[in-house]
Amino acid sequence: MKIDLILFFLLAGIAVVTSILVITRRNAIISAVFLVLNFFALAGLYLLLNAQFISVVQIIVYAGAIMVLFLFVLMLLRTDNESPILSDKRPLKYFAILISVFVFVQIAYLLFAGKPSRNITPDEAASINSGTIQAIGKELYTNYIIPFEVAGFLLLAATIGALVLAKKKFE
Amino acid sequence: MSSVPMEYYLILSAFMFIVGVTGVLIRRNAIVVFMCIELMLNSANLSLVTFSSYLGNPIGQIFVFFVMTVAAAEAAVGLAIIIAIFRNKLTVNIDEINIFKW
Repeated sequence: MKIDLILFFLLAGIAVVTSILVITRRNAIISAVFLVLNFFALAGLYLLLNAQFISVVQIIVYAGAIMVLFLFVLMLLRTDNESPILSDKRPLKYFAILISVFVFVQIAYLLFAGKPSRNITPDEAASINSGTIQAIGKELYTNYIIPFEVAGFLLLAATIGALVLAKKKFE
Repeated sequence: MSSVPMEYYLILSAFMFIVGVTGVLIRRNAIVVFMCIELMLNSANLSLVTFSSYLGNPIGQIFVFFVMTVAAAEAAVGLAIIIAIFRNKLTVNIDEINIFKW
């Protein structure tokens, strides 16, 4: 067994288990901590896929910035634990899980029957070159400069919007 | 990378997306619903990076970069909305936030 296959199964196992724990824990803070663990497993998978820049950005932006925001809001708001997920009288919840499993089986069937990798011949050198910060920066500042500026403007708008929404109203 | 079939990554991505959808459907805490949306965005990112890496083309990773930007903006504005709702209703349970229902 090759080392990258072993690493893939290790990281994929962590990602699967933590993502299930995120939606089954009753305490929201524990959910948030498992989500951070899930983001770290994904960053490892990105490294396995030769996407170094995205892997680092994943840890800094998602596990660092966004999850700190979530934990701050969780600490500010007093939230009670939810009742156990499947114990209350909501037959619709079972229906939701049933539909999710059905859709997952459909996607898995499509992937195994359709084999999207059939026409793709992986090129290790091109793959390593495409994940470096040089390749991404070159594309980002030449062909994708306008989307890049728009993304900056979007972040400014989001900052102002969050301030206006969360501001205490003086009446 | 080359000894792991591409379908493995896509199945993992599909699984995480479905877990996120299930979480949005069965959880009642608005903040946990937001976390499940982040889970779905991340699973989409994983399949974008997978295709980008196997095709040797950086454009998929640039798209992931923009998805992260939008996710950050969405988290900031969404959590501000949740705080504003909590200030008025003193709850984040989405069963009790029903002022638009009639």
